[in-house]
Amino acid sequence: MDKISPKIVVEYKVFATVVTLTQEKILEDMEITAIEHSIMPLINDADTVKMIINFSNVKFLSSAVLGLLIRISKKIYEKQGQLRLCCIDPKILNVFKITRLDRVFEIYDTQDQAIASFS
Amino acid sequence: MNANVKHIDCTGEPAVLSEICQKILLEAKSCEFDDDILFGLHLAIEEAFVNAVKHGNHGDETQKVYIEYNVSPEKVEIQISDQGKGFSPEKVPDPRCGDNVYKTGGRGILLMRAYMDHVEYNKTGNSVFMVKYRENTSDRMKKRQ
Repeated sequence: MDKISPKIVVEYKVFATVVTLTQEKILEDMEITAIEHSIMPLINDADTVKMIINFSNVKFLSSAVLGLLIRISKKIYEKQGQLRLCCIDPKILNVFKITRLDRVFEIYDTQDQAIASFS
Repeated sequence: MNANVKHIDCTGEPAVLSEICQKILLEAKSCEFDDDILFGLHLAIEEAFVNAVKHGNHGDETQKVYIEYNVSPEKVEIQISDQGKGFSPEKVPDPRCGDNVYKTGGRGILLMRAYMDHVEYNKTGNSVFMVKYRENTSDRMKKRQ
C-alpha cells in the first residue's frame, strides 16, 4: 500500500480547531488545492469556527499560499468565525511583512498563545 | 550576462520548475550564498516562473519557458522569458495598498522586487531579468567610495 501523506493534521481543542500544515514546502497548485479542499469542509461543516493554522513544519511557501489564506479567512469571516496563524518561520514571517499580511492576520509565536487568544 | 550563462528551454510543469530551481540553488549554495539569499532566490524564481506560465503562457504548461542564468561568487543573474504577448508591470496594482491586501493574488512581482537587488522587464513585458548580489547595495556603494 502506498504511504499516505496527509497535507494537514486536524486537532479539536477546547477553544479552537488546530490545523497543522504537514509539508515543508508548499508550492504547487495541486498541493494548495488539496490543502484548500481539506480545510474548507472544516469551515463549512461547523456552526462557528475558531481556527488556528499552525505553520511549524513549513519552511518555504509561494505567494499562492498567501492567496489560499485569504480565501480561508474570507470563508471563516462569512461565518462570523475567527482565524489565527502561529509558529511561522522567521523567513516566512518576513514574506507576510513584505506583503503587509502581518496586519491582516493575527499571528502568534506559539500554538498555546494562539489558543489562549480564544479563551 | 557573460559567457558562462546557461540556457534552459523548458515547459511549464511544476516538476520542471522544481528541478531548475534546485539546479540554480545548488550552484548558488556551492558559491556559499547564505540561507537568507537562497530563500529569496528560490522565492523570486518560483514567482517569476509561475507568472511566465500562468499569465505569459496563459496556463498552457506545454508552451516554452526560456531561462538563462549565471551564478558567480559575486552575484546570481536570472532571466525568465515566456511566449506570451507581455504586460506592463507598472500597471500591476500595489498589493499592499487599500483593499488590494485582501486580494488572493498579485503579490509575485512585489516579492521578486523585495528579495532581488535588480528586477527589470523587457519592453514587451514577456521577459524578466533579475540580479541578486552577494553584498547588499549599501555595502557595494561603501566599497566603491
